[in-house]
Parts: sequence; structure tokens; C-alpha cells
Amino acid sequence: MDNEGMRSPLGRALGLGSARTGVEQWWRERVSALALVPLTVWFAASLMVHTGSDYATFIAWLRTPIVSILMVLLLAGIFYHTALGLQVVIEDYFHSGLKTLALLGMRFGCCGLAVAGILATLRIAFGR
Amino acid sequence: MTNSTPKRLRPLSPNIQIYRPQLTSVLSIANRISGIVLSLYAILLVVWLVAAAAGPHAYSTAQVIIRSWAGQILLFGCTFSFFLHLCGSIRHLIWDAGYGFELRTIYASGWTVVLVSSALTLLSWIISMVLAG
Repeated sequence: MDNEGMRSPLGRALGLGSARTGVEQWWRERVSALALVPLTVWFAASLMVHTGSDYATFIAWLRTPIVSILMVLLLAGIFYHTALGLQVVIEDYFHSGLKTLALLGMRFGCCGLAVAGILATLRIAFGR
Repeated sequence: MTNSTPKRLRPLSPNIQIYRPQLTSVLSIANRISGIVLSLYAILLVVWLVAAAAGPHAYSTAQVIIRSWAGQILLFGCTFSFFLHLCGSIRHLIWDAGYGFELRTIYASGWTVVLVSSALTLLSWIISMVLAG
């Protein structure tokens, strides 16, 4: 379908409407949501099982290879999905120059938290 | 720039305050709010993991905070936000796949989200309490 042909002359003149990149973000949000369904359910169930566990038991569990792998995937998935979701929220409610600032802060925050969480997991996994 | 658009008086669609809250609209905004709330809890998840990586002392401090009254209320809020967002998102994914758009189905799936997320929240706390002894 010819994208330019679908736009109104006014919309084209003002540079409004789809620039063919909106669908991509929509898909990324859905794909990450689908990945997070089993990952978050696994994590919630694991936390329930470990309610009464002491530090040593909890660390021993986190150090098992499959748990470390799932934990890194969970953290990457959570902050990827969070960044995409919060982007939509910010774009909906911020209309001034604050929008760019909020988007930047949110993305930097998500990246920083993802790295901190993954690094903590790896420190536990590869620690003594 | 959108600011240069000449201002004309055009009819506006009714604003959100005019509509009576319905299950559909309430669940729609609930999914967004629970998502925002969960992103704040994600910060606490990282703080908790960093505490665990820092050693037994930092971890036990984190556990004391979690086991306090305020911590338990926060954790309960986290559990409910999680299950609400999980169930709501599954409903959205089914819509995205092209199913469940009949009005009856929309209300049935909406009430299912409310009931299942509440039930899972209570059930997970009961199981945790039983397992913790």
C-alpha cells in the first residue's frame, strides 16, 4: 500500500501521521510481553518457594546455571518492556520540551538498572 | 510544528470526566497504571539483587525491610499489580491476535481478569505463608 497516498494533503504538509516506524515499537512491546509471561511467572513462583529461605539457600539457588540464565533474561526482558511501555506513557502525557528530557531520563534509568541487576546476578553466579 | 496550526473552534469528542466508568475503561487504565507501578517495583527488584550480591549483611537488612509492615504492604501491592498486569496483558495479546472482540466476550474476559488476578494474589500469599511456616 502506498503510504504517501493514504495521507491527507494537510497531514503531509504538516509532517503528521505515520512515518512507517510506529508498528515496529508496537511489535517489540508485544514480543517482549510474550517472553515475560513465562519468565515472570517462574520468578514469582520461585519467590513463593523461597519465602522462608535463609541467605545461603537463596544464593545457592541463584547460582544454579539455569536460574542465573533465566534471571538475566528476566532482567533484560523487564527493562526492555518497561522502556517501551513508559515511552508510550510519556509520549501520551508530555507535550513540551519536557518530553525529550523525560524520555532520555527514562531510557538511561532503564539501561542503568538493567546493567546493575544483571551484574548483581553475575556476581552471585560467578562469586566464590 | 503543530503550534503553527490555525486555531479553529471544532466540536470535541466528550472528555473522560463525562463518561461513567465502565469495566472496559477501568481495566484499560488499570493496565497502564499497574505497568507504571511495576516499573517502580523493578527498581526495588534491582536494589534487592544488588543487596544479595553485596553479601549476607546487606541482604539481611533488605529482608528486615521486606518483613516489616510497610514492606509487606508494598509487597502485597507488588503482587496484585503483577497479576493484574499479567492477566490484563494476556487479554490484550488475545485481542492483538484478533480474537475476543464481541461485547459479551469483552465483558467476560474483563471480569475474568479481575477475578483471576485477585485469586492469584491471595493464593500466592497463602502458599508463601504455608511454605514459610
